[in-house]
Amino acid sequence: MNFITAFNKEFLEQRRTRKFLIALVVLVLFGMTSPLMAKMTPQIMTMVPGGEAFVGMIPEPTINDAVAQYIKNIIQFGVLLALVFTMGSITIEKDKGTAAMILSKPMPRGSFLLAKFTSLALTFIIAVVIAGVAAYYYTYFLFGQMNILNWITLNGLIVLYILVYIAITLLYSTLTRTQYVAIGLSFGTLIFLGILGSLPGFGINLPDALISNASLLMSGYPVTNWTGLWVSLGIIVVSITTAWLVFRKQEL
Amino acid sequence: MNSVKIEDLRKKYGNVNALDGLNIQVDSGSVFGFLGPNGAGKTTTLRILAGLAQADSGSIFFGSENTSKSGTDQKARLGYLPEEPAFYGWMSPREYLDYVGKIFKLEAKERQLRVDQLLEKSGLKEAAKRRIAGFSRGMRQRLGIAQALMNHPSLLLLDEPVSALDPAGRKEVLEMIEGLSSECTVIMSSHILADVERVCDTVGIINKGKLITQAKKQDLLDRYAIPALEITTSNGSASLMPEWKLRLEKLPAITGVTVEGYRFHLAVKDVHTSQQEVMQDALHHNVTFEKLEVVKPSLEDIFMQLTGSLK
Repeated sequence: MNFITAFNKEFLEQRRTRKFLIALVVLVLFGMTSPLMAKMTPQIMTMVPGGEAFVGMIPEPTINDAVAQYIKNIIQFGVLLALVFTMGSITIEKDKGTAAMILSKPMPRGSFLLAKFTSLALTFIIAVVIAGVAAYYYTYFLFGQMNILNWITLNGLIVLYILVYIAITLLYSTLTRTQYVAIGLSFGTLIFLGILGSLPGFGINLPDALISNASLLMSGYPVTNWTGLWVSLGIIVVSITTAWLVFRKQEL
Repeated sequence: MNSVKIEDLRKKYGNVNALDGLNIQVDSGSVFGFLGPNGAGKTTTLRILAGLAQADSGSIFFGSENTSKSGTDQKARLGYLPEEPAFYGWMSPREYLDYVGKIFKLEAKERQLRVDQLLEKSGLKEAAKRRIAGFSRGMRQRLGIAQALMNHPSLLLLDEPVSALDPAGRKEVLEMIEGLSSECTVIMSSHILADVERVCDTVGIINKGKLITQAKKQDLLDRYAIPALEITTSNGSASLMPEWKLRLEKLPAITGVTVEGYRFHLAVKDVHTSQQEVMQDALHHNVTFEKLEVVKPSLEDIFMQLTGSLK
C-alpha cells in the first residue's frame, strides 16, 4: 500500500529533521516541570522582590493546580509546534517541486496527504503520551495519586485538540502558496475559535470544550456534554477531506 | 514500449494559450526531440503527460489506451524528469531511489538490485550514502534521471535533461538516452539543439502551443536542406563582431545569425543572394574575414527558420 510507504517516509523525515525530537523534548519538559512549578509557586513568590506580602494569600497548591498547569503548558506549546510543523508540509513540497517528483509516480494524492497528517499525529501522540507519563509520575510524587483513567482521557483530549489544529493547518497549507500565509490563517482560526468559545453557551460546542471537559474530569465532575468532541472530530474530517478534494485538482 | 498520440490538446493559463490544439504522434521505441522557443508549451505538454497538470480539452493515447485523465495505472508505466528535479535533502540517493522503488511496488530484492544498477549507471555510487542536500546541480540531474528509470518505464519524459550538466556529464547522459530507445519510448524537450540532433531520431517543433512540424530527423534535414553560410573572422575584428551581427541580421536574404567564437553561422533564404549581400556589407564597412563557406544546415538553422526565432 502506498499510504504505508508515504507514511514511513514522512515519519522518517520527522525524525531526521528533528521535528520529532523537538516535540518530544518540549512536551516532556513541560510535562515534568508543570507539577513542579505548581508545587513551587509559593516558594518562587518569596524569591520575587516584594513577593513575601503575597505568600499568605496564595493557597496551598493542589493536584488541580498541577493538572491545570500541565494542560495549559501542553496545549500552548503543543498547538504552537503543531502549527509550525504543519504549515509548510504541502506548500514547501509544491514550491520546491518535490511533490511533483513523487506525484508523477503511482502515489495517490490522498495517500500523500493522509501520510502527512498521520505521521504528525503519531509524533504528537508519542510526545503527549511520554509527557503524560512524566507529569503523572511527578504529580504522584509531589501531590499524591490521580485517577489514572481520567488522566488517560485528559491526554487523549489534548491530543485530539492538537490534531484539530494540525488538520486545519494542513488544509491551509494545501490551499495557499506560502507557509507563512498558512500559519497566519491557522493563528487567525485559533483566535477566532477562542473568541467564539468565550461567547456564553457557545464554547461547549467547540474544540476548546475538549480542554474544559478534561479539567472537569480531573476535578472529579461528570462531563455531560460531549458536543465539542464530535465537532472536533468533524473539523478534522472536513479539513482533511477538503484538503484532499482541492489537492487532487491542483496543478504541480 | 508505448506509442504516444496527442490529439488537439488545449490548455489555457488565464488569457494565455499554453497549448492551442497540439497534435503529436510519437512512435513506439523512438527518441522524440521536442523543440520550441521558451514558452512554446513543451513543459506544459510534458506535465500533462506526467499527470501533474490537466488539459482543458484534447486526448492523449498511450498505445491504444486513452489516458487523458491520467491515473495511477498510467503512471506506473511512466518515467518523468522535470527541468529542475527536486529531492528531499535529508535523504541519501540510495534512500530516495529505494523510496521510489517502493512507490512502484518493486519487491525488496529487485528494488535493491535496481537501486545498485541505477547508482552505478548515474555515477552516484560513491555518493550513495551522502545527503542529497549537498549535491551539485549535475549530481541532482543524474539522480533525477536515475529515479525516472527506476520502474523500467515504457515511456520516459525528460524535460531539459542535460541543461545542468557539464560537457562530460552531458555526453554520458546523452549516450544513456541514446541507448534507451531499445527499452522505451523517450520524449525529450531541450533547447540545446545540438543535443537533440545527436540523440533523437524524430523531431517535433512547437511554437505558441501548436505543432509546426514533426518528422524523422533526417527527413527534416533533407526537407529544409537550404545550405547555410559560415564566416570565420580574424582575431582583430572581435570588436566589430557585435555591430556586424546586428547588420547581418537585417540583410534580406538571411533568416538567422548565431555567433560562436570568431565564427558567424548564417541561416539563409538563398545562398547566392546572401553571399552577395554579406560581401557587399563587409566591403562597405571595411570588415575583413578569413573564410566564407557554404555549409549544410543544422537542426538549429531549421528550428530558427520554422519558429522565426530571429526574423
